Amino acid sequence: MRKSSIFSRKVLAVPYAVFLLLFVVVPLVLIIVYAFTDSDGGFTINNFTSFFSEAHNINTLLISVLIGFLNTFICLLIGYPVAMLLAKKELGFGKATVLLFVMPMWINFVLRTAATRDLLFNIGLNGGEHPYIATMIGMVYNYLPFVILPLYTTMTKLDKSLLEASYDLGANKVQTFVRTLLPMTMPGIISASTMVFMPTMSSFVISDVMGERKISLIGNSIQLYFDQGLWHMGSLVALIMLVLMSVTAFFDDSGEENARGGLW
Amino acid sequence: MNTKNSFSRFLSKFYVYILLLLLYAPILVLIIFSFTPSRLIGNWSGFSLSLYGALFKDKEIMQAFANTFLVAVSSAVVSTVIGTFGAIGIFYSKKRTKAIMDAVGNIPVMNAEIVTALSLTILFVFAGIKFNFLTLLIGHVVLTIPFVVLSVRPKLMQMDPNIYEAALDLGATPSKALRKIVIPEIMPGVFSGFILSITLSLDDYIITAFTRNTAFQTLSTYVYGVTSKKGSLPPSLRALTTVITLIALIILIIVNINSSDKKEENKR
Amino acid sequence: MTENSIIELKNVSKHYDSTNVVDNFNLKIKKGEFVTFLGPSGCGKTTTLRMIAGFELPDEGQILLNGEDISYLPPYKRPVNTVFQKYALFPHLDVYDNIAFGLKLKKVSDGDKMRRLTTDEIDEKVRNALKIVDLEEYEWRNISTLSGGQQQRIAIARAIVNEPEILLLDEPLGALDLKMRKDMQLELKEMHKKLGITFIYVTHDQEEALTLSDTVVVMKDGMIQQIGSPEEIYNEPENAFVANFIGESNIYSGTIAGEKKVRFINHVFDCVDEFPKNEKVDVVIRPEDVRLKKDDDESLVKGKIVSKIFKGIHYEYILMVGRNEIVVVDTKDREVGKTYGLQIKPDGIHIMKKELHTNTYTDAYIDKNNKVVISDAAFDCDITKLVKGSRLEEDGTVTGPDGTSYDFTDADVIAEIGLTDIEILDYVEDATVSGTIVSIIYKGDHYQLTIRTEQDEDFVLDTEYTYDENDVVGLKVKAKDISLKLKGEAKKYAKK
Repeated sequence: MRKSSIFSRKVLAVPYAVFLLLFVVVPLVLIIVYAFTDSDGGFTINNFTSFFSEAHNINTLLISVLIGFLNTFICLLIGYPVAMLLAKKELGFGKATVLLFVMPMWINFVLRTAATRDLLFNIGLNGGEHPYIATMIGMVYNYLPFVILPLYTTMTKLDKSLLEASYDLGANKVQTFVRTLLPMTMPGIISASTMVFMPTMSSFVISDVMGERKISLIGNSIQLYFDQGLWHMGSLVALIMLVLMSVTAFFDDSGEENARGGLW
Repeated sequence: MNTKNSFSRFLSKFYVYILLLLLYAPILVLIIFSFTPSRLIGNWSGFSLSLYGALFKDKEIMQAFANTFLVAVSSAVVSTVIGTFGAIGIFYSKKRTKAIMDAVGNIPVMNAEIVTALSLTILFVFAGIKFNFLTLLIGHVVLTIPFVVLSVRPKLMQMDPNIYEAALDLGATPSKALRKIVIPEIMPGVFSGFILSITLSLDDYIITAFTRNTAFQTLSTYVYGVTSKKGSLPPSLRALTTVITLIALIILIIVNINSSDKKEENKR
Repeated sequence: MTENSIIELKNVSKHYDSTNVVDNFNLKIKKGEFVTFLGPSGCGKTTTLRMIAGFELPDEGQILLNGEDISYLPPYKRPVNTVFQKYALFPHLDVYDNIAFGLKLKKVSDGDKMRRLTTDEIDEKVRNALKIVDLEEYEWRNISTLSGGQQQRIAIARAIVNEPEILLLDEPLGALDLKMRKDMQLELKEMHKKLGITFIYVTHDQEEALTLSDTVVVMKDGMIQQIGSPEEIYNEPENAFVANFIGESNIYSGTIAGEKKVRFINHVFDCVDEFPKNEKVDVVIRPEDVRLKKDDDESLVKGKIVSKIFKGIHYEYILMVGRNEIVVVDTKDREVGKTYGLQIKPDGIHIMKKELHTNTYTDAYIDKNNKVVISDAAFDCDITKLVKGSRLEEDGTVTGPDGTSYDFTDADVIAEIGLTDIEILDYVEDATVSGTIVSIIYKGDHYQLTIRTEQDEDFVLDTEYTYDENDVVGLKVKAKDISLKLKGEAKKYAKK
């Protein structure tokens, strides 16, 4: 007893713990409860069956997953070399260059997305006519920084001598990349992917603005239920996304907290 | 060899800068066309500052602008305080507690923003709480607080574990040791957590849309509202973009000067 | 209350989970003494120091400072200061502010009021402390610009500037290179003399302990092995562990052959210690206590040089005496392969009561398969040993000579296994139980290993083969080699 009263620094985490409990754990529990109840509060699986019995819901889900994957892939393809180059000391990109990739976030993404749409319209790409292309461009624009930052952090922490060792042992550039750099930066890649995949498939603003409401993603479904006050159906869709999140979380158990944390 | 090297060097730099240019193109276009009064971009009708005049007179936009910063700063302050102490507390907790807190803290990071938003909405509806500034603030703190913890933690890990004990040993009470030794030591992490919170809050739309009182407009809800109704952006928002970019640039420069100052000091 | 003892530890114990880190620690330290806690890593020396500092609290026992119980006093209220292993200097403060940190918090009595120190007073004390550690002019330097040795000095200055009654030093020289360490040892000793305060020093370096201390406390597994002056510890080690840990020694198993006579390496030697005849003992001989003589003296035991290492001021020879090795140091250059007579004076032969004859497990029990469970592992055994003259029936019960039937399932027993009866296996798969080697003591012709299982049970065994500390090995024992004794009477287990 006397022990804990002397100096327990653990106590400092109590407000944070209470906050997480009230505003993260309890709401999630409510989502689960709402997903399996009707408006009278009785248990039901009707939400579940009615969602999956409609073909357009399943279409929406599939398109969302597809766009999520595609966007993750494109962002990695463009972002990985950028992170690599930024982390290369010889090229002399400072921290400031890295921050330049984050700074657009200070201009709210709705505004940025609308500006992108207007610009594309000006150079002849009409979002209403090509909703998928316009949406993908908007997605890549918005999520590229989320890929570059974790990868950059992972790469700055890499032990460069491992790459030298690889060359020393006779590997050429491609072999070194595939066998050494890629596996070593895997935690960053996974972490970057989780930062992009879920938000992409759930984002409804970008598809709304860029695709002029021609595309409906899973996020739109939730938003629609929300607007109509259909909490129980909304919760069910949210629960589906929670399950998807748990799957991605399972892959991201690398404990790669620094990759997301130390941006500045 | 040398020419090949310098060529690949050029190519590397070119790639990064062209990407930045593309990334900034929509913003740059907005900034450029903020100096002309035409209704649409791409249509230059002579240099004028009239849009800036219109911006500062537009009460609705100015209110949304002020609201956005109010939410960003207040949620960042709350997140930074609770999150920093949270990170310290977790750091000194037992493994199990640590693992549980980290797992829960990671949920808002990994989760789709709309799920977080909906879950909070349901909570407030369920608890019978009216949507007001406080609910919006809570929404933004949920969004940003994990990032404060994630920013502070590496600094705690880098810290010599004995310095807190050393302070106690030299006569400091636990709260003094925390204030005079531990907090200054992790300050860079706290600071980056704060800036990150502001950034995420400024960028947010979804959480704001779900947890605000509908009378309360921030830039994101305002822009979403007008673009979904009228289509293209109202011209005075172009001027606003210039203003925000300027603010961001100034802060970036200050941050940079500060951190390079510290590096210099350490070299001495 | 004891006169002039400044700090006293009474029955202090500390455990984490189920392991005893510090076990019933009793010690009195006199004012002004230089005491060193010496032992291998994990022996509890640092934990003991941290309990004195107040960073850890004892689970049992008391810590008395000047007769007052301070066991649960927080560190900032103790008149004790610590020099940390890796210095723990505050990186964001300069040298001056590091040293002044404690002073700025301090309150002194001024007449009947308490007041803080004035800037001038702090200034003077900081300068003085810097002078003591020989770093004047360094006040405004940034910590990161200092070398390891300089940081060490600042750490010492930061502690002593508060004029503690006791200065605690936790392996303070561990991070320095050899040359710097030697210099700092001398300086610390000098400082101790000048300041006149009590030093409690923690190290795993036996040479450092012997050089610096007035009193050395040798520890192992949380228990004090020996307390004594460096001379006592070196010359009169109380057990084989101390002898092995302090300096180079030859350790043998011996038997008392008569009054002040001991037999080991197949030879009877005169000795000074008195033990009952036929008592099994450990014999310790320091390499410098053996003289090499010409091999024509019939009364001396003969040894042949098998290896020679030049050590600067002397040679270190290893000789074979029959199957036993003996390490000898000598200044003369001798040839490998030559035979010499070994002369060991009686006072060079240190005899200690043998620590262990058998492994005894008091909380063993019999499982339903009639195996004996020690440390969660079931060993084959002969349970008929529990009742004299009994026999084992097919259904697993035991029938006594008088016809009574016993069922020993779950019976608590005491199991004993001899040191030579445990077979050591490199392949854990084939073994009954596995564990990590935690100590190795060389005893002339064999090694005595202590193997600790995951359940923290120790198996001590003798083997001729060499192993390394921390090796994981498997253990096996023949059923006939486990002797069993019932706790309580056999009647309890009789079937009605």
